[in-house]
Amino acid sequence: MTNAFPSGLRTRIEAILARYPNRRAALLPVLHLVQRERGFIGPEDEAEAAVLCGLRPVEVREVLTFYTMFRREPAGRHLLRVCTNLSCSIRGSAGILDHLRRAFGLQPGRTTPDGRFTLVEVECLGACDKGPCLLAGDTLHENLTPAALDAILRELE
Amino acid sequence: MAERPLTSTFDPAGPRSLEAYVRGGGYAAARRALAEMTPAAVAGEVKAAELRGRGGAGFPAGVKWSFIPRTDPGPFYLCVNADEGEPGTFKDRHILAHDPHLLLEGIILCAYAVGVHTAYIYIRGEYEEPARRLEKAIAEAAGAGVLGASVLGSGFSLDVIVHRGAGAYICGEETALLESLEGFRGQPRLKPPFPAAVGLFGKPTVINNVETLAHLPAVIRNGASWFLGLGKPKDGGTRLVSVSGSVVRPGVYELPVGTPLRDVVFVHAGGLAPGRTLKAVIPGGMSSAVLGPGEIDVPMDSASLAAAGSMIGSAGVIVIDDAVSMKTVLDRISRFYAHESCGQCTPCRVGTSWIRRIVLRRGAGEGRAGDLDRIVRLAGAMKGRTLCPFGDAAAVPILALVTKFRAELEQ
Repeated sequence: MTNAFPSGLRTRIEAILARYPNRRAALLPVLHLVQRERGFIGPEDEAEAAVLCGLRPVEVREVLTFYTMFRREPAGRHLLRVCTNLSCSIRGSAGILDHLRRAFGLQPGRTTPDGRFTLVEVECLGACDKGPCLLAGDTLHENLTPAALDAILRELE
Repeated sequence: MAERPLTSTFDPAGPRSLEAYVRGGGYAAARRALAEMTPAAVAGEVKAAELRGRGGAGFPAGVKWSFIPRTDPGPFYLCVNADEGEPGTFKDRHILAHDPHLLLEGIILCAYAVGVHTAYIYIRGEYEEPARRLEKAIAEAAGAGVLGASVLGSGFSLDVIVHRGAGAYICGEETALLESLEGFRGQPRLKPPFPAAVGLFGKPTVINNVETLAHLPAVIRNGASWFLGLGKPKDGGTRLVSVSGSVVRPGVYELPVGTPLRDVVFVHAGGLAPGRTLKAVIPGGMSSAVLGPGEIDVPMDSASLAAAGSMIGSAGVIVIDDAVSMKTVLDRISRFYAHESCGQCTPCRVGTSWIRRIVLRRGAGEGRAGDLDRIVRLAGAMKGRTLCPFGDAAAVPILALVTKFRAELEQ
C-alpha cells in the first residue's frame, strides 16, 4: 500500500474491529474515521479500508456510494448542511438558503472558490421544533435567522 | 397534572450524569430486576404493560421479545434503533440529550429479559453530538460497573456499542438497519425469516426504538397495571409527541396515549399564530396520511388513528396553517421519498422518482392534464408491492394529500 494509513489511525481502526464478530461490520465506523482524518475518502483510502475489513474494493465502493454522508471528493473547510424538509421549510428554510446565496455566494451542492464553505441541502436533521436548522461541521445551529447566520459564518474561517 | 414518567426528571440544563441519574432513583429498577426477578418475569411485566413500539410500526415490545427462539444456542443481540429519520420526529434526540442513562437502563432490562450480552445502538450519522454523549454515558456506566462483565454486581454481562449510520432514512427500517450494521448497503431483507429468528450476524435479534426502551425502567419500577392505566387498553403508557410546523410552541410533549390530537395542537403546543387558520395536520411523521382540520378530533393511539385512516407512527405531529401551500408540502414529501428510496424494489425506485419528476414539472409551470391522476396511479402501484414498508410510507401521504387537497393542488 502506497497510501497506508498512519499508525495512529490504524490503532484506532483495530480497536473498532474488536467490537464486532466480523471485520466487515466495522466498515461504516472505519469509513467515518477515515473521512474525519482526511476530509473525504479517496480511492487509496477505499483500497486500504477494503484490506482492513477483509473486502474487495468494489464492496467498499458500493457501500460508500449508498450513504449520503460519505464524500469521495474534498469539501470546503466548513461543510454546511441545511435542512429543507417540511418542518424547517414551514419555518423559513428557503429564506436561509436565500440569505446564504445573497450574502455569501453559497449555492447548494457547491464549494466556494476559496475553499471555505461547501453548502448542501439535507433531509430532516431531527430538530424540527427549532427550525430552520443547519449542521456546521458537527455543530447543530437552531432557530436560524439571517443575523444568526452571519454570526455563525463569521466564526468559521 | 398527568404523570410524565419519562421526562419529569429531565434537567433543561443538559444531560444528567450517572451520579445525578442514580441520585434521582436511576438504575434502581435494573438493580432490583437483576437481583430479584427472573428474566421471564421482566419480560412478562413488559408484555402485560402493553408497551407498543414507539418507532413507527407500533408492535408490542413484549410480544416481539417472545419470538426469540429459546432453544437457539445464541448469541442473541439487541439493536437499539436510534436512527430517528422520520421527518417531523425528534423525540429520541430529546431522550439522548437529557437522559442517556435512562436509555442505558432500559437496554439493561431488555438485555436481561431476552438474554443478550451485546447491544448495538444504531444512531443516525447526523446525530454526532448525541452519539458522543452516549459514548460518554456508556464509558461512565462501564467505569462504575453499571455495564460490563457484571452489571450492577449481578454477574450478568452486557456490553453496549454505539454504531453510527451515515445518512440513509431507510436504515430506520429494522432489517435495513441490520444490513447497515453488518457493513452493507442499507437495503431491507425479505421477511420471513424475521430478525427474532435470523437477525444480526444471522443470530436471533431484538430491535427496539430508543423511546420504547426508555419506558422500561418505569414499567419495572411501577408495574404493568400502572403503565397500562396511563394509556389505553392494548396501548399503555405515555408517548413522546414531537410537534413542529405552524404552532406557537413546537417541542416534545410527553402525553398519555390517547390524548386528543386537537389538544396536542391547540393546548400543549399553544395553537397557531394569531390570525392563522388550520389547514392540515400530519399526525405520525411524514409517512402518515395527512388529516384535514375537521379530522383532528381523534385520540392519539394506534387504533384510533388507524380508524381515522392515518397512523400514530412516530407521533411526529406536523401542523400546517393557511400560510403554507399544499404544493410546497407535496414538493417536500415527493422529494424526500425519491431521495431516500433504497432502489431495491422497482415499484418504489421508479414510482418515487416519476412522482418527483411530475411534481417538479408542475412546479416549473409545465404541468400536463391528468398529472394528479398519474401521481395517484403511481402511488397506488407502489402500495403493498415492495419488500419493506417504505413503499407504503411513500404512497400513503402522497395519496392522502392529492385526495384531500386536490382543489388547491389543481390551481
